Amino acid sequence: MAVCVAVIAKENYPLYIRSAPTENELKFHYMVHTSLDVVDEKISAMGKALVDQRELYLGLLYPTEDYKVYGYVTNSKVKFVMVVDSSNTALRDNEIRSMFRKLHNSYTDVMCNPFYNPGDRIQSRWALFAVHALFLQGLPC
Amino acid sequence: FCFIMELCGATRLGYFGRSQFYIALKLVAVAQSGFPLRVESINTVKDLPLPRFVASKNEQESRHAASYSSDSENQGSYSGVIPPPPGRGQVKKGSISHDTVQPRTTADPQEPASPVVSPQQSPPTSPHTWRKHNRHPSGGNSERPLAGPGPFWSPFGEAQSGGSAGDAVWSGHSPPPPQENWVSFADTPPTSTLLTMHPASAQDQTTVRTVASATTANEIRRQSSSYDDPWKITDEQRQYYVNQFKTIQPDLNGFIPGSAAKEFFTKSKLPILELSHIWELSDFDKDGALTLDEFCAAFHLVVARKNGYDLPEKLPESLMPKLIDLEDSADVGDQPGEVGYSGSPAEAPPSKSPSMPSLNQTWPELNQSSEDTAIVHPVPIRMTPSKIHMQEMELKRTGSDHTNPTSPLLVKPSDLSEENKINSSVKFASGNTVADGYSSSDSFTSDPEQIGSNVTRQRSHSGTSPDNTAPPPPPPRPQPSHSRSSSLDMNRTFTVTTGQQQAGVVAHPPAVPPRPQPSQAPGPVVHRPVDADGLITHTSTSPQQIPEQPNFADFSQFEVFAASNVNEEQDDEAEKHPEVLLVEKASDPASSLRVAKTDSKIEEKTATSAPANVSKGTTPLAPPPKPVRRRLKSEDELRPEVDEHTQKTGVLAAVLASQPSIPRSIGKDKKAIQASIRRNKETNTVLARLNSELQQQLKDVLEERISLEVQLEQLRPFSHL
Repeated sequence: MAVCVAVIAKENYPLYIRSAPTENELKFHYMVHTSLDVVDEKISAMGKALVDQRELYLGLLYPTEDYKVYGYVTNSKVKFVMVVDSSNTALRDNEIRSMFRKLHNSYTDVMCNPFYNPGDRIQSRWALFAVHALFLQGLPC
Repeated sequence: FCFIMELCGATRLGYFGRSQFYIALKLVAVAQSGFPLRVESINTVKDLPLPRFVASKNEQESRHAASYSSDSENQGSYSGVIPPPPGRGQVKKGSISHDTVQPRTTADPQEPASPVVSPQQSPPTSPHTWRKHNRHPSGGNSERPLAGPGPFWSPFGEAQSGGSAGDAVWSGHSPPPPQENWVSFADTPPTSTLLTMHPASAQDQTTVRTVASATTANEIRRQSSSYDDPWKITDEQRQYYVNQFKTIQPDLNGFIPGSAAKEFFTKSKLPILELSHIWELSDFDKDGALTLDEFCAAFHLVVARKNGYDLPEKLPESLMPKLIDLEDSADVGDQPGEVGYSGSPAEAPPSKSPSMPSLNQTWPELNQSSEDTAIVHPVPIRMTPSKIHMQEMELKRTGSDHTNPTSPLLVKPSDLSEENKINSSVKFASGNTVADGYSSSDSFTSDPEQIGSNVTRQRSHSGTSPDNTAPPPPPPRPQPSHSRSSSLDMNRTFTVTTGQQQAGVVAHPPAVPPRPQPSQAPGPVVHRPVDADGLITHTSTSPQQIPEQPNFADFSQFEVFAASNVNEEQDDEAEKHPEVLLVEKASDPASSLRVAKTDSKIEEKTATSAPANVSKGTTPLAPPPKPVRRRLKSEDELRPEVDEHTQKTGVLAAVLASQPSIPRSIGKDKKAIQASIRRNKETNTVLARLNSELQQQLKDVLEERISLEVQLEQLRPFSHL
């Protein structure tokens, strides 16, 4: 149900970005890029915030007429941005959280690979297969 | 046709039958008609040794000829040919090959022919790959046959044709894959598509080249590997891997850290992406380290890759880490996963509510999620203590606040099984409303019977003691440990009695304890009044015995009175005793309401009867009460609700008769007779009350039994965990 998922590194360059194939990817890339400002704003607002699951999840960054953008940041300042279609009214906050959690898990699996250099583009087909599930189901089992 | 023959022959020289077949397949791929046959032959090839190759080859060759001619026509527009053959191939092989791959393969034709062909040739290693190759090669191979000898020979170790990277890939793949990797073959089409679509294709091509260079070595290795299971590790390979493992990590049960593994596998000169993919496949538990099995799987994948096999998308079963490792790693993985994820199941229980309610709610989750093994254990453990507490609480009925929660517990062990001490205690201790609330909260184990029984019990009872305002859990817990034993005994006796005659259920428990206490009559008798206020303090059978003993004591006293021909005293005592008996008996069954009622009565009467009991003889009272009791009970059992008066009178008469003094007194004085009549009436009423109470107790016990059985059933699955 998510139409676009992006993993952005600490330095605000994308490590992985994938959009639902039907949509215009460029538009989503732009939305993700602009959402980074909101993410940074929320991060700075937290200040000395504790490392907490809730605070990792930034929530709705900003809504547009068609889409909603959700943000999530890890402890290492790696950001996950998810663009969701607004027509999916059934998506609750908990579902978004779980989607981010799964995304985080997949990202952790990628990190565990010693052959992966942090900062490289994530090219693992295997580890990010769950991301595809996110697109299809919204909540991979 | 001759060309194909030469090719086949040439391939034969350089390759084993499989590879020959493989090449032949490539040739055949050109021809559309050859597809189905190839599939068959491929299948046979896969399962059979070389000889069939020849036969199939011949067929293929014939087809090659047919297709070749057609291809020659299509050479100019092989791009157009490609789509149709893949389409056909797909139609033919759709059922066999991967559907996902098919669309990709169809997409491939759009790509330049050579890259398309090259990936196609990688698949040929396995039947599926062959099919796919057939699809693609239709267009690509049309070129290939022309340039064929070159590419064909390239795999042999000759310089790869520089015509296209795809060719290189193709040539590189053709020799190695031939055999086994049906898995990789499934992978190769995707890899091929990836090659065309992703920049990583260059890497594959480079690997192909490396593979080609190592073709001979690969062939040897391939032969060593099982034909049917391409990913199976032979003993020699395994030994080699283990030795390599030892060089890095001397402990075979230990882990190889990721960094060391990275260095080791980088030596294989595979591209980083490949190695990354291999790592993802082999690190089954995703812990960043390799166990021996994981290492062997990774090493095997590296070897296969170097030989030209394409990596599978999914770890083959033969390479899966052993179950033991999986379990260990899974447990480890699950736990950290849970911790790291702060998994919803784990989170839910703690977040839901403290202590008991959370446990109750964790039950459903525990049942649902397999990872919550950690949570499962505490729950069952908790159950038994709660039961014990329940029992204790039951034992502790007597007028005090504690007794209220305990007494109901005895009556309703099923409540214990409902996981909530709170629920049970609440139900018992507090009013019906509270209990109802808890019963409703028992979503997991909420048994309608139990809840209904609890509700009915509560309703049946006049009302629980209002003293228990404290939350349910605290009351049971602070109870002394010794009371548990007594409570257990109570339950046992009750459960035992439940198994017995229904009528005698209630009667037996009271009857049993008195038996072993022939000499304890004085003590218990004395204690009874005291215990009436605090029955809990007794150990083991004492609680049961104690309440009953007062009854017995009452009767005994009654008998003693009768024997002593003390009319008035007996009357008074009889009055007191029956009431006490009733009260105490009521307390036995552990109905909170009853206890409340009886407790008050007991308190009143124990105070009055205490002195009387004490004054009366103790030792002689014990034996008489027992038989009297038994008689009463037996009669009650036999005639539960009929002619109670007559029965009771009869019993009383029997009781009286047991003591010669009684009839003498009757026969002697009319007053004595009248007094005895009064006593009989009183005893009748007492017995009637007893009867009704016992009936209630029986019902309660039965309900408890049902609930216990339900709980047992519920707990059974957990016992397996």
